[in-house]
Amino acid sequence: MICRSLASATALAAMIAVLLIAQAPAAGQAASPATKAAPAKATPAGKSWTPPRTPDGKPDLQGIWGNATVTPLERPKGLGAKEFYTDEEFAKLAARVRQGDVGEEGELGAARENALRYDISLYGGFDITKARFASNKRTSLIVGPEGVIPPMLPEAKQRNAERAAKNKGHEFDSYENRPLSERCILMAQEMIPMLPAAGEGNLLQIVQGPGYVAFLHETDHSTRVIPTDGRPHVPQNIRQWQGDSVGHWEGNTLVVDTTNFTALSAFKGSGEKLHLVERFTRTADDTVTYQFTAEDPTTWAKPWTVEIPMTKTQGPVYEWACHEGNTMIATILHGARVQEEEAAKKEAK
Amino acid sequence: MIAGVAVLCVLSLAAWPSPAQAPAYRAPRTADGKPELSGIWQALNTADWDLEGHAAAAGPVPSLGAVFAKPPGPGVVEGDEIPYLPAMAAKKKENQTNWLKLDPEVKCYLPGVPRATYLPYPFQIVQSQNNILISYEYAGAVRVINMGARTKAPADSWMGWSNGHWEGETLVVDVTSQMEDTWFDRSGNFHSDALHVVERYTPRSADTLNYEATIEDPKVFSRPWKISMPLYRRVEKNARLLEYKCPEFAEELLYGPLRKKPSN
Repeated sequence: MICRSLASATALAAMIAVLLIAQAPAAGQAASPATKAAPAKATPAGKSWTPPRTPDGKPDLQGIWGNATVTPLERPKGLGAKEFYTDEEFAKLAARVRQGDVGEEGELGAARENALRYDISLYGGFDITKARFASNKRTSLIVGPEGVIPPMLPEAKQRNAERAAKNKGHEFDSYENRPLSERCILMAQEMIPMLPAAGEGNLLQIVQGPGYVAFLHETDHSTRVIPTDGRPHVPQNIRQWQGDSVGHWEGNTLVVDTTNFTALSAFKGSGEKLHLVERFTRTADDTVTYQFTAEDPTTWAKPWTVEIPMTKTQGPVYEWACHEGNTMIATILHGARVQEEEAAKKEAK
Repeated sequence: MIAGVAVLCVLSLAAWPSPAQAPAYRAPRTADGKPELSGIWQALNTADWDLEGHAAAAGPVPSLGAVFAKPPGPGVVEGDEIPYLPAMAAKKKENQTNWLKLDPEVKCYLPGVPRATYLPYPFQIVQSQNNILISYEYAGAVRVINMGARTKAPADSWMGWSNGHWEGETLVVDVTSQMEDTWFDRSGNFHSDALHVVERYTPRSADTLNYEATIEDPKVFSRPWKISMPLYRRVEKNARLLEYKCPEFAEELLYGPLRKKPSN
């Protein structure tokens, strides 16, 4: 997150524009088919609606999609096992957001007014009244009666605690001690699986060619070109920050299977055994329903599944050059060295 | 005067017979009837070392010995020489002298166009009707060529803004709005923010394309000039673009000196 505040002027300009773009569809959203669509279930394809096809006959997922929402990943405690809002509840919620209140049911995340270190108003002002809850009327992005990430296994807790302890007190020693997002290696919104934020662009452009589907995340220009010919994963000894993705079509749905993550890719505390199955289904002209199931026997007792409607936006997708304008790591480390020097001088006196 | 020369040169460039036209190869068609360029491609030359012809030379890091020495190459510039304005030729020399310090490739910066094409890494063309996406293995660079009505860049960027159209068998891509910070190669060949590149991708056989790029930048060159080279399909059964997120490989170089000194 913070990386952005120090990125180049171009990136900043892009960021502002992205925020504006991301918010633009919200206004016209009320009347769009996406909001009217029935809550998507396990097979979210509509009964009568036929999804568009590419010239070679595959379901057409192409376009620029945004997933901004204030629906929280995990269900707010007060809602118990309630998976969906009723139409009436949902309308009330939307009306309240228009008054500027997302309540206990919403999650503003980095868009919180007093978010530490990060003032989103710098990027053109997050307008809370244009925030929206997910059009599938789910109370949490995680599906199922529990609506939360399964409890973390003791071995995973220990693994993550050890890693954190190792870094404690050394946060400013070297670039290696800084978060991957600051280093422009893996930013939160380029990571797969894709989780939304309240008011940020988080745009995804999908381009389909024969035998491949390309996913371009605007954030850090992260791109996956996924083969759909049923080939296996690359050998297990090849570990990648974003894993290795292969795909296939199941009816109207593109199913993408990803393994081969590094031990440090760590999605919500996962390890290198993380296995993701993502499902992309065009459920309306302006909606792609995105589902993923995350599984890691070294981290969670059972798999868990998330569903997020992605809404078509106009774009354009800007170039997000992170590393090129990243003066932050150097500034942070330099600052720490100066502090150490000053402390040493004081001690010498 | 310069403008007049430039116009003449554009005309003469246009009049040159394209090598791709010689064997009239007709590429397979996409479902919507366009020449099919999809695939994983790679240049097989030393253009990234130096666009101009060059002899072999020792590498800049003695400990790497012959592993990172400069391989020789006949060059890819039509007419052999890049037509720098006199003052700009000096800057090129200075760049070349300070190569390791100044080359954006060393720092893992986005490469710009045309350098992205002939870096020693594969790239993949994903061809759709309205957009053609090119994903480059190096630095995860990417661009989306707009094949619809021409659009204007919303901002300058490292990879520029690409508008494409078909001319018979050839995909023609007009690239504008590139940052001045990219280079053409490891020999300090450079450009300004006035860079305008026109690329031509022409299928020449089932597994090769002819690639040409006309480079125009009146702030740096006395006339437009052209590079050309074949691109080869990576025909291996398991050919894939793998992850080459190189910021982490440049961090020690960029931030290593700021590491905490061990206390004694």
